[in-house]
Amino acid sequence: MAEAINFETEPSKYKHWKLEIEGERARLIMQVKEDQGLRSDYILKLNSYDLGVDIELADAVRRIRYEHPQVKVVVLGGAMDRIFCAGANIMMLRSSTHAFKVNFCKFTNETRLYIEDASENSNIKFLCALNGTASGGGYELAMAADRILLVDDRSSAVSFPETPLLGVLPGTGGLTRLVDKRKVRRDRADVFSTIAEGIKGKRAVEWNLVDDLASLSAFEEKVDEIVGEMAAGLPDKADRKGVALKPILPTIDDRTFRYQYVTMTLGEDRSAEVVLTVPAAPVQPKSGAEAQAAGSDWWVFKAFRELDDCLLRLRLNHDQVGLVLLKTRGAVADILATDATLEALKDDWFVNEVRHHLKRVLKRLDLTAKSLFAIADEGSCFAGTLLEILLAADRSYILNDPDFPVALGVSTMNGGAYPMPNGLSRLQTRFLGEPERVGQVLEALGEFDAERADELGLATSAPDEIDWEDELRVAIEERVSFSPDALTGMEANLRFAGPETMETKIFGRLSAWQNWIFQRPNAVGERGALTCYGTPNRPEFNFQRT
Amino acid sequence: MSINYSEKIPNNVDLSSDRRLQRALEKWQPAYLDWWAEMGPTDFNDKDVYLRTAVSVDRDGWAQFGYVKMPDYRWGIFLTPPEKDRKVGFGDHLGEAAWQEVPGEYRNSLRRLIVTQADTEPASVEQQRLLGHTAPSLYDLRNLFQVNVEEGRHLWAMVYLLHSYFGKDGREEAEELLERRSGNADRPRILSTFNEPVQDWLSFFCFTTFTDRDGKYQLLALAESGFDPLARSCRFMLTEEAHHMFVGQTGINRTIQRTCEVMKAHPGEDVTKYGAIPLEMIQKWINRWASSSVDLFGAEISSNAATFFAQGLKGRAHEEKNYERHDALDEGYAIAKWDGKSLVNEDVPLRNAMNEVLRTDYWNDNAKQAVVWTKTTASFDIPFEFSIPDRRFNRKIGMYADGFFTPAGEPIDEATWNARRGEWLPTPEDEAYVKALMVKCHEPGKYAGWIAPPSKGINDQGVDFEYVKM
Repeated sequence: MAEAINFETEPSKYKHWKLEIEGERARLIMQVKEDQGLRSDYILKLNSYDLGVDIELADAVRRIRYEHPQVKVVVLGGAMDRIFCAGANIMMLRSSTHAFKVNFCKFTNETRLYIEDASENSNIKFLCALNGTASGGGYELAMAADRILLVDDRSSAVSFPETPLLGVLPGTGGLTRLVDKRKVRRDRADVFSTIAEGIKGKRAVEWNLVDDLASLSAFEEKVDEIVGEMAAGLPDKADRKGVALKPILPTIDDRTFRYQYVTMTLGEDRSAEVVLTVPAAPVQPKSGAEAQAAGSDWWVFKAFRELDDCLLRLRLNHDQVGLVLLKTRGAVADILATDATLEALKDDWFVNEVRHHLKRVLKRLDLTAKSLFAIADEGSCFAGTLLEILLAADRSYILNDPDFPVALGVSTMNGGAYPMPNGLSRLQTRFLGEPERVGQVLEALGEFDAERADELGLATSAPDEIDWEDELRVAIEERVSFSPDALTGMEANLRFAGPETMETKIFGRLSAWQNWIFQRPNAVGERGALTCYGTPNRPEFNFQRT
Repeated sequence: MSINYSEKIPNNVDLSSDRRLQRALEKWQPAYLDWWAEMGPTDFNDKDVYLRTAVSVDRDGWAQFGYVKMPDYRWGIFLTPPEKDRKVGFGDHLGEAAWQEVPGEYRNSLRRLIVTQADTEPASVEQQRLLGHTAPSLYDLRNLFQVNVEEGRHLWAMVYLLHSYFGKDGREEAEELLERRSGNADRPRILSTFNEPVQDWLSFFCFTTFTDRDGKYQLLALAESGFDPLARSCRFMLTEEAHHMFVGQTGINRTIQRTCEVMKAHPGEDVTKYGAIPLEMIQKWINRWASSSVDLFGAEISSNAATFFAQGLKGRAHEEKNYERHDALDEGYAIAKWDGKSLVNEDVPLRNAMNEVLRTDYWNDNAKQAVVWTKTTASFDIPFEFSIPDRRFNRKIGMYADGFFTPAGEPIDEATWNARRGEWLPTPEDEAYVKALMVKCHEPGKYAGWIAPPSKGINDQGVDFEYVKM
């Protein structure tokens, strides 16, 4: 196994980005160190990136949200001359396993969406200031911003060279954002996506590929002007004090990863168990100030950051794990009290950020390509925010036996605080065909038992103690025996019922189209375009259309 | 307005019946003249200059001499006559019929190649626009203008290709060639060497020796192109490029000769007392321009170079004559890779090393020129050998840009580089000295004190001929 990837970092450890805070403006400058990739078999030329670069970007956006809450506008820029970013590194993609490529793309997608989430929910606006050409993933990153400024030097362009040069597609929502977000006309999008060198200058503005142009000498001035425009009308944030994020690092003991509130154990049978424990009678902050004082030690925040770290490790370091058993421990009353705090203090900026963080981790769970079984056994507490974990699972097993009482519960947080990528709550998605059940569940506010949970439609199966063990064993053994590819496709199809959003399209098309193309001989066969790129050989296509 | 195209624009591309080309030129030609007026040689547009004009591609037509005002120069469009049944000479299409039209799948690659080459032509005119004021003689002034109008013609040749074969995109690129400006912070020329002004005549001679020789090698590689109109266009341009290098090489040689004369007349004395340029200083100018021109060939290991070769768009210099195998597959090329600490010889796939292959031919050609200059010092019994710095020296592009190297190519640390760079490259004092020597000498038969007269004039005219009527 390759060396495990670590997802914890902080600005002083960044290799590829520089984060500068100037009052209500943050500058995030990309300066990729060629020889500091996660692996040594490729060189990150021309500000191209690998997962390590994106882990830092995601961390920087997170730091801005928590540690620099006074920031209104983030300027994304590049430190290289004439080139902003050349996108994902091709040599890295070529030498990666398929599973890694998919999870790399998924992570970068989540980072782009995280940027858009900060804009939508935290009043942090992003300007991507392209001081040079942005190609492929470089332009995809730019499109995640609210506004794009391109230098007009008669050479710098934005481009998607994936199809003409590599025989694949932009993997980070590029095509979707082109027509869904920027609403570029489809025929122009077609032309744009087949010109390797891209489109520059006035035409880039005319086609809405970028928003503004500025000459090199007027570039910084234009940046200032746009930042001023973007900051105008945003709420005053001057009196906010940042909350430091302490590192999340598990103690690893063979196959067990121990955090403060979460424990993950890798099984021998391609399964893993993740247990989240609610502390007994946790101190509840009474005000925003108290919540901020608790900061990254606030148990629910920390527990979900730990859960997030587990999910990333599972995806990228443990691709043999196919089934995750999700468990909780603690008292329903304690999680419901925490939910009450999250609801009561939601107008505080920090509590708002925490709520969005919980939302994001739950989405990460929705988007994890592993089978998820929620196991509500004795001592568990799937209630409120933690009920969302059960609802995110492909199946839920609830022990229903009067001698071994299992408590669950509902809070107002189940009513829409944590939308899925499809824009609906997990309850709405679950009961798409019986919308009245959503109301029935929400009316059951507070704690209830397994019997009631089953009546409310929350259990896939609710065996008694006699059947429990065997039923679980059979379900697990069966699950890990199925084709992992079929399961990934099946689960992704079933998880996101209901409307499409830009987010579901991005992930759906990543799974369906990009991943398909990434597997095809025309891309990765001996004479596939991706294989041949940068080598002396030209691709040879099988021109049969499917 | 109807224009008599064949008269105004000498050509062998049947311009008078090509409506597409006429339409394109109607708009572009006035813009070109505006550009020339704004960015061409300053203050000499109303002077009669003894220039060579090509009016056809045959032996009598390609070099017609006469006085002409530069804005009235007849910039023509010439392609070397077609070769019957020409085949693609290299790459994956080896042996297939050469393309007379642009193959759709290579349109963007080809356009990029042509635009990059074309951009250097007006750039060099812009870089040299102020030199007329400090010309060391009318002979040199005329040579400068000859170089300038021919670079202008090379731009025409490339624009012809853009107009004729690349539709609307090609017309837009042609316009942008007139909008970018050398050294302009907002709209710079594409390649960085072409954004540095040529401030003095020694630099001009170095530029025409080294940078124009890069042009020669790029043209040699494109002259092999499977896209026949590009190949034929470049072949004709090569005949003109030879003159530019002649101007540069003899200019440096005359500077050396003058210094040697002073050294002989005043043995043991500092030649700067007599207004000559010390040989060591000339070597520094050579080091600067030879190294920046070496950068123009691009990265040592290049996917683009491999692609262009595979696609049959850009070959090696003298591909047919010099090589037995033309697919360049399953062959390696040894490159001394710089890993940040040391140089390690490594074989890379030949196609990916095409930039380096071309750079090697170029470097060897430069080295021959150093021998010629050394012969001049030897003829005065002065033991001074000129040399071309190693390709690793003073690089800004490619893997060697990360390290520091002596002119002999030996790796050194940054401190050593900083301590010694003044021995190898012009110092501000050197530049101030050479700049001070640059005073105009605009009388027929007179030559500035830092340079010897040429051994003979242009087109059998004397060295005292009135090459530019002031």
